[in-house]
Amino acid sequence: MMISNSVVLPLLLPFIAAILAAFFPKRMAFNRIFSLITYVVTLLICLFLAQQVFANGALVLETGDWQAPYGIILVADPLASVLIIITQLVALATVLNARQTLHSYEEKAYFYFFFNLLIVGVTGSFLTGDLFNLFVFFEVLLMASYGLIVLGGRKAQFREAVKYILINLFSSILFVMTVSFVYGITGTVNMAHIAQRVPELADNGAITGAAILLFIVFATKSALFPLYVWLPKSYIAPPTAISIVFGALLTKVGVYAILRVFTILFPGLSDFTSVLFLVIAGVTMVFGVLGALSTNNVKLIIAYNIIPSIGFMMMGIGIGTATSYAGTVYYLINDMALKAALFLLIGVLVTLAGTTNLKQMGGYIRQAPWAGWLFFIACITLAGLPPFSGFIGKYLLLQAAFDNGHYLLGAVALLTSLLILFSVLRIFIYGFWGESDDSPPSDSKNAAARFRSIVPAGILLLFTLFLGLGAEFVLPYIDVVSHSLLNPENYITPVLKE
Amino acid sequence: MEYAMSILAGLLFAIGVYFLLEKQLLKVIIGTVLLSHGAHLMILTMGGLKKGAPPVLEDYISSYTDPLPQALILTSIVISFGVTSFLLVLAYRTFKKTKTDRVDQLRGSDDD
Repeated sequence: MMISNSVVLPLLLPFIAAILAAFFPKRMAFNRIFSLITYVVTLLICLFLAQQVFANGALVLETGDWQAPYGIILVADPLASVLIIITQLVALATVLNARQTLHSYEEKAYFYFFFNLLIVGVTGSFLTGDLFNLFVFFEVLLMASYGLIVLGGRKAQFREAVKYILINLFSSILFVMTVSFVYGITGTVNMAHIAQRVPELADNGAITGAAILLFIVFATKSALFPLYVWLPKSYIAPPTAISIVFGALLTKVGVYAILRVFTILFPGLSDFTSVLFLVIAGVTMVFGVLGALSTNNVKLIIAYNIIPSIGFMMMGIGIGTATSYAGTVYYLINDMALKAALFLLIGVLVTLAGTTNLKQMGGYIRQAPWAGWLFFIACITLAGLPPFSGFIGKYLLLQAAFDNGHYLLGAVALLTSLLILFSVLRIFIYGFWGESDDSPPSDSKNAAARFRSIVPAGILLLFTLFLGLGAEFVLPYIDVVSHSLLNPENYITPVLKE
Repeated sequence: MEYAMSILAGLLFAIGVYFLLEKQLLKVIIGTVLLSHGAHLMILTMGGLKKGAPPVLEDYISSYTDPLPQALILTSIVISFGVTSFLLVLAYRTFKKTKTDRVDQLRGSDDD
């Protein structure tokens, strides 16, 4: 009982931090330290929860002791418990970095309030056990992201915020409508209960319609092929610290939702949905990487690189075997940490150069050798070269693709990886290498500030290195996750207790 | 009655989408409001409109109205209220900063 109660802690602690930040918006030292402590403690709690989940199966918290199909429940299953760990890690890195990349007026404009609330939303979406609460937590994280995207109030931010908010608002309204459809069809919003009811239903057409509507909603949130246009520019409009959380967490919540809904609610993909997913995955990869190649804005290159990663994860969901789910989960975890590290390091480069145009850069590795080489490691991890962690996720995905006869998609994925490597190495070659025009020696104050970007980026990259080199240690856990995705009863039984 | 409600929700949705495609920010916001009203009506309809007495917690009641859609709508209304007020502030600040209330005129380079 005590242990299942602790499922609420990863939500509660950032929420307390958010409330305190709302009451003391001008006390920066207090906010920084308190947020830092919160995320260290929450990370430890998440590690403890994960250990419990992997030892004894999913933890279920029935709030207010209302029995499962009726009350609101929080479920920490293997997938959710892995993802909340990475979320706290990214949050920790962002808090460490926020002081450097934000102006003090931006930090005082309720940054910590919005940021902590965003983490509450993300963690909540991972943990919640019913579809309507998924909508509520989506809305919590979206409201926080609306606040963050206009933080500082520059002109470009307003322009991007209008698009970002309208797209997300429309998909949220579609989401709540679809939840009501699902409620109309199955008579419940509890995910485990829906999963139990769906096979009993005679009316297949209605439930397929609801499933596709849900897919459209989550595809918008996770920026899949035709619905990705809003993403790149709106992610680079706010300051770097905010780009980090956006790039690392927001789209991944959409991927998580697709993974959850199409493994538990509507398991056993029909041929049509499987083909649809695979086609969308392939096209998403190609279009994302083409975007990354088309621009000279370094932040935009990294933002565009979010899209092909989503394509890779989608590929694993579309294939739908144990290996491909393992690949998707591995890639998801790796990508959350990696995108945060890339945005951190690109922030250093942009601060040094004073511009985002790649054509006006060169030779910054002399001023920031650590940032340069960490960026190089991040690049080859992103492209998936062995022995780094990107390789193992991609290897699993490609193995699943070739084993199931999706040769064309496998080829597209390989080509995309090559182009990703090309697009990010361009930043390394022209930005960090190359001639510098008599760059002035960096003063010690800047060096101290840079330190605050490099340390969190180093922590995140160490984590991805651990995922890559310690694959022997990590893979058994990933296998548990992918098997729990393949067998929905592992999720349904602990929730409904039958 | 459910059919009439569905048609009304559809109508609100159609008008909402039309306003969403307008260029003036204020009309766009009105569009989002209409959309969310349509969605709320849809939730209410999905639970079935009137099946009996209100859901009061008493033992002998056997026919009562489904309370869940109403709880969902309440949450959803609060959220859409918050989003609408945020959008109004955003539109005002956008107008102050960019001197235009038209979406198609919010152009400019990324570094300004």
